[in-house]
Amino acid sequence: MTVRKPSRKQIHLAAHFPGVNSATVWADPRSKSQIGFSSFEHLARTAERGLFDFFFLAEGLRLREHKGRIHDLDVVGRPESLTVLNALAAVTERIGLAATVNATFNEPYELARRLATLDHLSGGRAAWNVVTSSDAFTGENFRRGGYLDRADRYTRAAEFVAVARELWDSWTPDGLSRPFAHRGQHFDIAGEFTVPRSPQGHPVVIQAGDSGEGREFAAQAADVIFTRHGTLEDGRAFYADVKGRLAKYGRSADDLKIMPGVSVVLGDTAAEAQEKAAEIRRQQVSPQNAILALEQIWGTDLSSYDPDGPFPDFDPVPDASLTQGRTRRGDTVATAEKWRALSREKGLSIRQTVIEASGRQSFIGTPEAVAAELEIFVRQDAADGFILVPHLTPGGLDEFVDRVVPLLQERDAFRTEYRGGTLRSHLGLSDPVWKG
Amino acid sequence: MTSSHGRGLHLAAAVDQRSAYDADSYVALARLAESGGLDFVTLDDTFARPGPDALAVLSRVAPVTSRIGLVPTVTVTHTEPFHVQAAVATLDWVSRGRAGWRLDVSTTEGEARLFGRRHAAPADALWEEAGEVAEVAAQLWDSWEDDAEIRDTATGRFVDRDKLHHVDFTGSEFSVKGPSIVPRPPQGHPVRVVDATEGQARRTAARYADVALVRAASSAQAGAVRAELRASAEKFGRDPDTLRVLVSLVVDLGDGEHAAEPGHGGGGPRQTAHGPLYRGGPVDLAELIATWHGDRTVDGFHLTPVEPRRDLERLVNGTVALLQHRGRFRTFYPGSTLREHLGLARPANQYAVTGAAS
Repeated sequence: MTVRKPSRKQIHLAAHFPGVNSATVWADPRSKSQIGFSSFEHLARTAERGLFDFFFLAEGLRLREHKGRIHDLDVVGRPESLTVLNALAAVTERIGLAATVNATFNEPYELARRLATLDHLSGGRAAWNVVTSSDAFTGENFRRGGYLDRADRYTRAAEFVAVARELWDSWTPDGLSRPFAHRGQHFDIAGEFTVPRSPQGHPVVIQAGDSGEGREFAAQAADVIFTRHGTLEDGRAFYADVKGRLAKYGRSADDLKIMPGVSVVLGDTAAEAQEKAAEIRRQQVSPQNAILALEQIWGTDLSSYDPDGPFPDFDPVPDASLTQGRTRRGDTVATAEKWRALSREKGLSIRQTVIEASGRQSFIGTPEAVAAELEIFVRQDAADGFILVPHLTPGGLDEFVDRVVPLLQERDAFRTEYRGGTLRSHLGLSDPVWKG
Repeated sequence: MTSSHGRGLHLAAAVDQRSAYDADSYVALARLAESGGLDFVTLDDTFARPGPDALAVLSRVAPVTSRIGLVPTVTVTHTEPFHVQAAVATLDWVSRGRAGWRLDVSTTEGEARLFGRRHAAPADALWEEAGEVAEVAAQLWDSWEDDAEIRDTATGRFVDRDKLHHVDFTGSEFSVKGPSIVPRPPQGHPVRVVDATEGQARRTAARYADVALVRAASSAQAGAVRAELRASAEKFGRDPDTLRVLVSLVVDLGDGEHAAEPGHGGGGPRQTAHGPLYRGGPVDLAELIATWHGDRTVDGFHLTPVEPRRDLERLVNGTVALLQHRGRFRTFYPGSTLREHLGLARPANQYAVTGAAS
């Protein structure tokens, strides 16, 4: 058999460790530890078996609180990302290792050094998902404390990434260290970096977020954008918008990969897949979680309401401090009206309405149907690939790797082997030019 | 409280290398140390000289070793206490209870300029702050009780939030609200190691360290510092038997089985700028270790090889093998966690209230 040169646009795949939120189903008997290393090892090795581009860890720096108390209905707690990824580098060989690390509550010198170290220890597989934070609530855990307004968050993040790259470039490719000095709006630092240029030159930079500032930041500085999944049309519009911003930074469309986060439910028939999907949504929205979702919109204590009963007949209270550590409010009065309308229209209880209104899985169907639909999104330029978010730890990716990946390969839409050793090579990104 | 510590000998080795950034060389050294049954390996770290992030390296080593303790240096002057404790707790999770943490401070203006947040400060003030970091780390490790995760499907609760605690720590330079993002690590508290040779560091070690390192050139000198540390620990309300005092020696075993270098105390170490240096053969080193330990002036030794590969091999296959042969050092790991190797109990949780709501 001859090796075919890929003639079609190839799909990139990443695996997200099940998150610290209600999408992760912990009550299922198959659900195992969210903290034990064996869970991380299982998921990372499964993703590598499926030849995924990278394995992804999210971050949270303060436990969420609701009504002034620690939120207790969802998975709580997680390990520190970079430490887990260094350990995973020992039990994997090719897959990229991506850590979400906050640019607001870290300093460039230390983080650039930790990322360069991961890149060395993993042989060029490190990635950094840059996130920012604006809330004083999270700041209470840090020396820096305080609050950054939205605009400053992004200028600080952009300068942070630029400084990190200056540091990564401060050693020559032949291994000579040179002093650096950076003076900017947010950072005024100088000295020598302690780590030689790493295998990728620059670890891969991921940006998560769909806002205007986020898109511009990604177009300027990121290699991958982790976005929300929506309809094919929404995806095409987002894709065109973001790729269209690259030229003014001297970058080409291939320099930034667009990867929405998606969930997949498989069944032997379309009907079976739909039934499994509905069951997962019921598990994700427990009776207690349904009341909590309502309280987050209404901004008041609704613990006396029956999740299987009707909605409150009063309007939301404008009180944004009920839930801390996550921003999901927006126009609460409009949401409340929408939910009540849905309940009236279909005769649904509180819980049924929340299940109906909350996020549906992105791709539901037989392996053949899901493979075809994934390919359509990529071929029609709504995405360059996907970050899969399983709902179960650690087995949530097994079925996709066993049943969908081979079909994508048959369609000539996904690699049949890793060609290079670095994450940049998996993503088809060029090596960064050294700026000494 | 009576001592249950049976005067076992504790041995540790540094796996520091110059200009090594690949995983394999560190893995090889840690495995070599593990084959000798050593309690732990250390890897030093500083922002002042080239080198990789030490905690990252030992995290990389964790899955490919099974018993040996892993103790990276993590500096606390320019770093965030919340991140540091989370990383150390995570090292404990990925190593299944083998993590330690050697606290150190960054005293130079050069290091301060790398961060641009604060100026250099005197070592004594920084060690005072390091004590606060050690304290808040323990509070954050305890901020999750061991049985906080309940997965109670009847009430829909993943955790019992009465078993998660804000720490509300306010120190001289920082404050932390808590709780930690990381559940309580397998050892409860990963092992805290402090070089107690000088000044305020000795006070911080007496108060917070599980293992104190002392650079001493004679058995008598080591014994004096150990006695002082134990007395000081007791004043801080600790049982002195919860503190292990190890003598740090730089070892150069390059001359094979030749006698120890003459002229420095009958084969004993001599003082150098990098601490006491032992230069001689592995057999004489075993003799020194057995003698000092027999004097009851030390709980063990932390040895830094001059030539890592060569000297660690001679240390394990020569010195350690001989000590084992003479019944002075264990031949296998009876336990699986670093605390077990050191004979240190898993600490109780300071927030746990038995039989009542907290």
